[in-house]
Amino acid sequence: MNQIYWIYLAVLLFSIGAATVLVRRNAIVVFMGVELMLNAANLAFVTFARINGNIEGQVIALFVMLVAAAEVVVGLAIIFTIFRTRRSASVDDANLLKY
Amino acid sequence: MDFPWLTVIGAVPLAGSALIAALPKALAPRARHLALGVSLITFVLTLVMAAQFELTRAGEIQFSEIHSWIGEFGVSYALGVNGIGLVMVALSTVLVPLCVLAAWNEIEPDRARLFFGLVLVLEAMMIGVFAARDLFLFYVFFEAMLIPVYFLIGAFGSSERRRYTAVKFLVYSLVGGLIMLVGVIGLYGSGPGGEQGFLIDNLTGLDFSSSTAERLMFVAFFIAFAIKAPMWPVHTWLPDATDEAPAGVSVLLVGVLDKVGTFGMLTLCLPLFPEASKWAAPVILALALVSVLYGALLAIGQTDLNRLIAYTSISHFGFIVLGIFAMTSTGQTGSTLYMVNHGFSTAALFLVAGMLIKRRGSADIDDYGGLQRSTPVLAAGFLLAGLSSLALPGMSSFVSEFMVLTGTFVKYPAVAVLATLGIVLAALYILLTYQRMFTGPIKEYAAGWKDASAREVWVIAPLVVVILFLGVYPKPVLDVINPAIATTMQQVGVTDPEPTVAEGENK
Amino acid sequence: MTAETGVYHAAEGAVLSNAWLLIALPALGAAILLLGGRRLDKWGHWLGVLMSWAAFAWGALLFFDLLGRSGEERAFQVHLFEWINAGTFSLDAGLLVDPLSIAFVLLVTFVGSLIHVYSVAYMEHDPDRRRFFAYLNLFVASMLLLVLADSYLLLFVGWEGVGLASYLLIGFWNHNPAYATAAKKAFIVNRVGDIGMALAIMAMFTAFGSVTFADVFAGAEAAGETKLTVIGLLLLVGACGKSAQFPLQSWLGDAMAGPTPVSALIHAATMVTAGVYLVVRSMPVYVGAPDAQLAVVIIGAITLTYGAIVGCAKDDIKKALAASTMSQIGYMMLAAGLGPVGAAFAIFHLLTHGFFKAGMFLGAGSVMHGMNDSVNMRTFGRLSGVMKVTWATFLLGWLAILGVPPFSGFWSKDKIIETAFVGDGWRPWVFGLAALLGAAVTAFYMSRLFFMTFHGKDKRWADDAHPHESPALMTIPMVILALGSAFLGLALGVTNALAHWLEPVLGHEEHHEPVLPIPVLMGATLVLVALGVLLAWRMYWNESVPQTAPRGSLLTRAARRDLFQDDVNEGLFMRPGQYLTRTLVFVDNRGVDGAVGGLAALIGGLGGRLRRVQTGLVRSYAASMLAGVVILLGGVLAVRL
Repeated sequence: MNQIYWIYLAVLLFSIGAATVLVRRNAIVVFMGVELMLNAANLAFVTFARINGNIEGQVIALFVMLVAAAEVVVGLAIIFTIFRTRRSASVDDANLLKY
Repeated sequence: MDFPWLTVIGAVPLAGSALIAALPKALAPRARHLALGVSLITFVLTLVMAAQFELTRAGEIQFSEIHSWIGEFGVSYALGVNGIGLVMVALSTVLVPLCVLAAWNEIEPDRARLFFGLVLVLEAMMIGVFAARDLFLFYVFFEAMLIPVYFLIGAFGSSERRRYTAVKFLVYSLVGGLIMLVGVIGLYGSGPGGEQGFLIDNLTGLDFSSSTAERLMFVAFFIAFAIKAPMWPVHTWLPDATDEAPAGVSVLLVGVLDKVGTFGMLTLCLPLFPEASKWAAPVILALALVSVLYGALLAIGQTDLNRLIAYTSISHFGFIVLGIFAMTSTGQTGSTLYMVNHGFSTAALFLVAGMLIKRRGSADIDDYGGLQRSTPVLAAGFLLAGLSSLALPGMSSFVSEFMVLTGTFVKYPAVAVLATLGIVLAALYILLTYQRMFTGPIKEYAAGWKDASAREVWVIAPLVVVILFLGVYPKPVLDVINPAIATTMQQVGVTDPEPTVAEGENK
Repeated sequence: MTAETGVYHAAEGAVLSNAWLLIALPALGAAILLLGGRRLDKWGHWLGVLMSWAAFAWGALLFFDLLGRSGEERAFQVHLFEWINAGTFSLDAGLLVDPLSIAFVLLVTFVGSLIHVYSVAYMEHDPDRRRFFAYLNLFVASMLLLVLADSYLLLFVGWEGVGLASYLLIGFWNHNPAYATAAKKAFIVNRVGDIGMALAIMAMFTAFGSVTFADVFAGAEAAGETKLTVIGLLLLVGACGKSAQFPLQSWLGDAMAGPTPVSALIHAATMVTAGVYLVVRSMPVYVGAPDAQLAVVIIGAITLTYGAIVGCAKDDIKKALAASTMSQIGYMMLAAGLGPVGAAFAIFHLLTHGFFKAGMFLGAGSVMHGMNDSVNMRTFGRLSGVMKVTWATFLLGWLAILGVPPFSGFWSKDKIIETAFVGDGWRPWVFGLAALLGAAVTAFYMSRLFFMTFHGKDKRWADDAHPHESPALMTIPMVILALGSAFLGLALGVTNALAHWLEPVLGHEEHHEPVLPIPVLMGATLVLVALGVLLAWRMYWNESVPQTAPRGSLLTRAARRDLFQDDVNEGLFMRPGQYLTRTLVFVDNRGVDGAVGGLAALIGGLGGRLRRVQTGLVRSYAASMLAGVVILLGGVLAVRL
């Protein structure tokens, strides 16, 4: 099987994730979109590692997973706090940081 | 390894300010005593150092210290002074104790720690900038000086405009500083590079590949120094700043800090970019001439005492720049001496003005009048300081102003003739002010005024003594400056014109 | 010129090498009096008097020391210390003791000391008498520095020092705003002259590389006429300022705001003659520059006429005397400009004038003392009866200034008139006639002043005036000065002693014949003087003088206003200057500062617009990020492909 298809899959996943972030309002869903993009990137890393026959891509993918896990913890905590105080999980409602 | 005099002299006020910052709140009123003590120690240390200065080698850098700092970028911690640097360091350390004394009762006790701490930080930075022998280090001190002054104006300004003024001061200085930074980096690129690539000695006498590059770098440096000095037309921050700042801060600002501009022109612009300096000299002379006359004319038109003194300083800085870029040893020696003398005479003016404003609660000249009979000592102090400012012979500034004019006349008679008009304008702005503030019938507002207190006399008297002494006998300072100027002249590659008439035979 | 000029010997002997004491003593007096404060009020004035007399004593010692030497050996240089050493400019402070400077030293210290004594009584009721004496001592010290300096720059120090003393003393009663203005005016006008002085010194340094008398005079011959003319004209500008010569004369009349002893000492006898000293001292420069000399003569002629005209119209006794001073200094300038031939007579007239004018000013002070400080001569009249000593001393001064033989003025002024007639072409006729007519007008206005004050048909005293003779402390100095007015000319003139004394400095000059025979000139002068006196007698003695001044002719009204000099200065310099400063202040605030402020406002405005992009919406940020990435990638691809 041609390994370029994994890259196509990664691109597809990334596009879905990006579209989710841009279109959806619910913070949890937006978050899921972010995760999807991260995993698309991971998939691309691993695939390139495979194509080039070296290990760096896999190492970085591991790093990304680690960071993503940490980020999920912090991110969910923030969303949870915002939801508790404002009774809303919509990202459009949280626009306090404007000019 | 010799004793690191300059580091110690710079570190003492810095340590003093740390000590003041660490004072518990209960001891806050003691901050002024501590600051006075520390600044006096610094002064005494400077005297001791000056005593060890070798007069025969005054043209060379002495008390050198070199340590690698950021070796990768060629930055070193290098200090050292020649004759010019020595007198400037001395000027700074002389004026600080007087400023501390002048601010003795002006600052509320609970804010005294901040004020006196900042003043000492400023002193350390000023010593650093005059002593730095590494261009990068110079730049660091040059910019770091702004921090204490920004807070001194912003926190202790006299009116609501203090924030505006502090920001204005900062922005002006930063703009100049950043332009200079480009020049600093560019110069490093043209230099030999390596571990000590920023050492001024390694950057002097470079062979620039293109004269355009040299000129651009010169302009970058010059703009920064012209803003600092300040020259027309980038002078408007100074009147605002002195309008707001407490008298002691104005003294340090105008008396010492602004001298970094002219000091930089003389000790950096000229030796680093000799060809470009000669190329730009005519334009700079014209700007200096405009500063002389413009500053004086505006001083005549001022109604605010502090702004008036600021404009007189713009005029005086014009003279200093004139002497530097006339490219004669007489003019440059005169300019260096002028920096010292102007420090003293302007300090005296600002301090007396501060005492009067404190009493009257207003800086508007028209609010005064008839004070000579109510406060004769203050009147005498103001008159003496003013006479020094108008360069009356017998006062120190006469020698320097005359040397500047003579040094200019030798090469550019027309410029000197026009600049000499400044002496009439100087007489006008000083005597007009004296007349408006001190003569006339006694007025009611001054009924309960006390004449100068013992503390105030101690602030003014040393300045007056120095002014008179250097007017009669400027030799001690001139002996230190002369060899340094000779070296500068040599680095620039200019010589003094010979007398046009051959000496008579019977001589 | 003889070769000896410009060669100075090193000082020898205790008297000569300590000549600096002359300056140091009064300077010390001034310092003690100023720093001592109120506790010296009781006896401070006597300290001032003592210091002045001590300076005179040392000056007399110097004089006798020089007298004991032969003519060529009478010039000594007293080296003091290394003063300025800046680059190529190096100058030592040093004094020059020679016949010319000693002549001035004796005049300054002797007349000065007498006036010190006079002031003790005159200023008795002034609470600031101590300060007054401090300033007087400061003046004496500066004036001595001026005449003793051995270089132009050191002379300039004294030059400005006397200017400062003059400023302080004119404004001594500066609680009166008009007096404060007068003091400031004097200083500013002098500063205008100082521009010339300063530029002259710079030009000397450029030309000769030195500003000592010795070097400048030594190089003068080789310098060429153009350079010397420039230097000579610049020096003349300085001299005009200090000596109140046209066109810088406007300050002298106002300077009468000072206490009368000040007018006598500074604005009559000594300081105002410094310009003459400068021209005479710079004779080697002027000798090489005939055009500059001509300028000096013209200035002198204009001023002597101007002063004489103004003097005729003034009712203020001090201002009339001031106009007379101006006119007499015009005579000296004229003589000095005629070159070495006239310079000795300029100095001669300067000395005699110092005595008789100081004496008359002190007399005027005495009159004011007795008349409740009134200066209006129209409220005087027939004072000769009640103020006998003052009248007698004034009479001698009057005779002296008229040039009646054998009084002092005859010996000095007649010589100047004679010398003015020397030469060829149009010059002797113009300048000689100006000097001759000046003498006639002088006779008129001085007689007018004398008659209006001491004689006349009626007493016009104010009701509360009780004229009385002044105390002995005031009259004794007046008597001594009057004796000088009477006999100094005789003593120095008959044997030509002064000309011989000054010969080592000015050089020996052959006697030149005037265009008219001397007896004719002398006779004409005396006749004209007599006519002037007669006219004054008819108008002011034989007729009663109205209390309020009549409207007068056009010339009289113009002369009362000093021939519109203040209006001219105001219109030409003051008003445009005020307009210029006001405009510049506006430009500085709006233009220069406004440009910077405008730039700041522009950047601030742009920032305000740009920050609208920050909506706070996470998704719009994400969209812009995505767009950015796409653009970047597109850019990279475009470059690659």
